Amino acid sequence: MTDTVHSRIQAEITENPVVLYMKGTPVFPQCGFSARVVQILSHVGVPFKGVNVLEDMELREGIKSFTNWPTIPQLYVKGEFVGGCDIVMEMFQSGELQSLMEEKGVAAKTA
Amino acid sequence: MSRRADRIAAALRAAFPPAEVEVADDSHRHAGHAGARPEGETHYSVRVVSPAFAGMSRVARSRAVHDALSAEFAGGMHALALTLKTPEEAR
Repeated sequence: MTDTVHSRIQAEITENPVVLYMKGTPVFPQCGFSARVVQILSHVGVPFKGVNVLEDMELREGIKSFTNWPTIPQLYVKGEFVGGCDIVMEMFQSGELQSLMEEKGVAAKTA
Repeated sequence: MSRRADRIAAALRAAFPPAEVEVADDSHRHAGHAGARPEGETHYSVRVVSPAFAGMSRVARSRAVHDALSAEFAGGMHALALTLKTPEEAR
């Protein structure tokens, strides 16, 4: 069971450059912490795939054990775990998030 | 301060000495929302300043804190906002 979810997650973060595991959808976040990360990613202008863990109990638990991280949201860039809401916010405020996106080649589309 | 908040503070002081620890119970701000429980004690904000975090990445610091508080997560804690600094960074 767990192996299947984990391989699904692995495929998802490999195929998509930026993936946010969240509660709700980017348009309708259902948790303040998820909403904040959506807001930051939108502000930075990075396209991302939002995955709603509330639609899938197996994924909701599976993402926690996959990352070894007990809370949601969880942000992945180029297959690497970046952090949850606090870390993303700190990195955004210090400019590190923007540098990371550039380094990983997923920089903002210029408006 | 709630009992869980006391346990969180004690666990963190023991795990990262010498640590400056502040724990806020935000559960009332999430009342009625998913993950909240009528008895509260679900949502916390924690600030820890400890030299033990030196040389650790942000993710590693958070994981160390999650590990120290695994009993609380297992016991119904739903959300934990973390600010984790070394004394130098906190200055």
